[in-house]
Amino acid sequence: MSDQDYINLISGSYLIAAIFFVVGLMLLRSPATARNGNRLAALAMLIAAGVTLIDRNILEFEFIGGGVLLGAVIGVVMARTVQMTAMPQMVAIFNAFGGGASALLAGSEFIRLADNGDVPENVGATIMLGTAIGALTLTGSIVAAGKLTGFVTQNPIVFPLRNVVSGILAVLVVAIGVMLVVDPIGNELVFAGLVGVALLLGILLVTPIGGADMPVVVALFNSYSGLAGAAAGFALDNNILIIAGALVGASGLILTRIMTRAMNRSLANVMFGGFGSSGVEVAGVDGEVRPYHTVQAQDAAMMLGYAGSVIFVPGYGLAVAQAQHELRTLADLLQVRGVDVKYAIHPVAGRMPGHMNVLLAEADVPYDQLYDLDQINRQFDQTDVAVVVGANDVVNPAARDNEGSPIYGMPILNVDHAGSVIVLKRSMASGFAGIDNDLFYLDRTSMLFGDAKASVGGLVSEIEDL
Amino acid sequence: MIDQLILSLTVFVLATFIGHAVITKVPPTLHTPLMSGTNAISGIVIVGALVAAGMTDSALAQGLATGALVLATINVVGGFLVTDRTLRMFRRRERPADRANDSAKDSGGSNK
Repeated sequence: MSDQDYINLISGSYLIAAIFFVVGLMLLRSPATARNGNRLAALAMLIAAGVTLIDRNILEFEFIGGGVLLGAVIGVVMARTVQMTAMPQMVAIFNAFGGGASALLAGSEFIRLADNGDVPENVGATIMLGTAIGALTLTGSIVAAGKLTGFVTQNPIVFPLRNVVSGILAVLVVAIGVMLVVDPIGNELVFAGLVGVALLLGILLVTPIGGADMPVVVALFNSYSGLAGAAAGFALDNNILIIAGALVGASGLILTRIMTRAMNRSLANVMFGGFGSSGVEVAGVDGEVRPYHTVQAQDAAMMLGYAGSVIFVPGYGLAVAQAQHELRTLADLLQVRGVDVKYAIHPVAGRMPGHMNVLLAEADVPYDQLYDLDQINRQFDQTDVAVVVGANDVVNPAARDNEGSPIYGMPILNVDHAGSVIVLKRSMASGFAGIDNDLFYLDRTSMLFGDAKASVGGLVSEIEDL
Repeated sequence: MIDQLILSLTVFVLATFIGHAVITKVPPTLHTPLMSGTNAISGIVIVGALVAAGMTDSALAQGLATGALVLATINVVGGFLVTDRTLRMFRRRERPADRANDSAKDSGGSNK
């Protein structure tokens, strides 16, 4: 084959891979087809990597074999062993690797071109972009993963002028980048400096952000890992890198927007507000003790067992207590009794977008019983009993009705519109935002105190005895 | 000849629009597998690493590209596998009745 034939074969295969990536993502539109979509995307990757191997100018095969083998073993072990509760950390780590890979690739390309004595300015610019985004994604995502696992404190690490320091570092990254574009030859050490500053910037950007805001950070870096790959694609004139990177970049941005909207925050507020920790104490209304109703498992079981329709509202407290399986058992029993059961999932119910859905799916809850905010909110009016398990701020009517509330404007689940409400909770303590929840004091609300797992277990045995 | 940069930019912008159109259709239920799946897709850097390292004799450049290859491979293999593992757990209804061993009252009536 001539050189031209090779180029055409490879470009044509990249086109097919690009189509498969897009169709694969399209198939994620329903859980019924999603698995095939994922397989199709994997096939696209195989095609793209496979045809690249027939290029005669690639890395020596020992390196390829060794690198791929090492990466594959690590990947298999991670994918097999991760707990579903730990998915946010794992995605954060994958974001870090994606950013790191793009930064390394851009660095490799810079060294090659500088060695040859010619780095065209537009190529140089995309190399700097890919390096900087990739490097800060690497460290920022590692800090995010650390916060999610608890290695790094969940509380914002704030110090005076932190945004100024970050700003200076960002300006420094741009300045060094521009300098390297203009004068690339013999400046490998300056390039290393660019990498160092970008790595530091990644750390400083994430440490001031509280653990509760990590879903936003993880989604944002998901986007960045794609954009870094696309930048590397610009530097290499490689369309499949550009296309795949753009798809990932778009996906991460959409998820970031969904998360910030669900928290009623702006991205700037999340990134630079030094906020979003359990440590933020919004002063309680005042010392006033308000009356509320409590209920025992037996009576709660009666309410549920003889209801026509029940909506469960799980929050992350459910996952912390590992009570998903008990909850599903309870739902099964109710359904056998003829009760219509649904689950209402707030976008920030878990620790990353869609996390609660995965945790419930793992507990064998059928996905067609899972409803998101927009689908379920109108249905609370026609529902006999709403059961809140381990959720708090996302069911606080103050967010909807009380303009003075710090969480006013945050979209909530209209649990208070249900005929009656049972709240499973350890105590009357307030949620992440430290705000009292009016829902708990309604006449139609009954508080069932205790550990979520024990409480749901108690309901299961009471319903079995009905 | 059009500048290569403009061509690349064209591809990037159009792909971003396609990505936006396609991904807004992904339901919230699948947002976690979407993220791990896009992690795997970002491993496309594998292709760049293979190409870049082959074009140079610099040991440093080859070393960096091999590092990129390892990290990208972790993302590809780990990302696709964990996404498949997650998606396998998503099932339709029909189970509660079997589990409770009560065939008389199956869930057929409650289907939406």
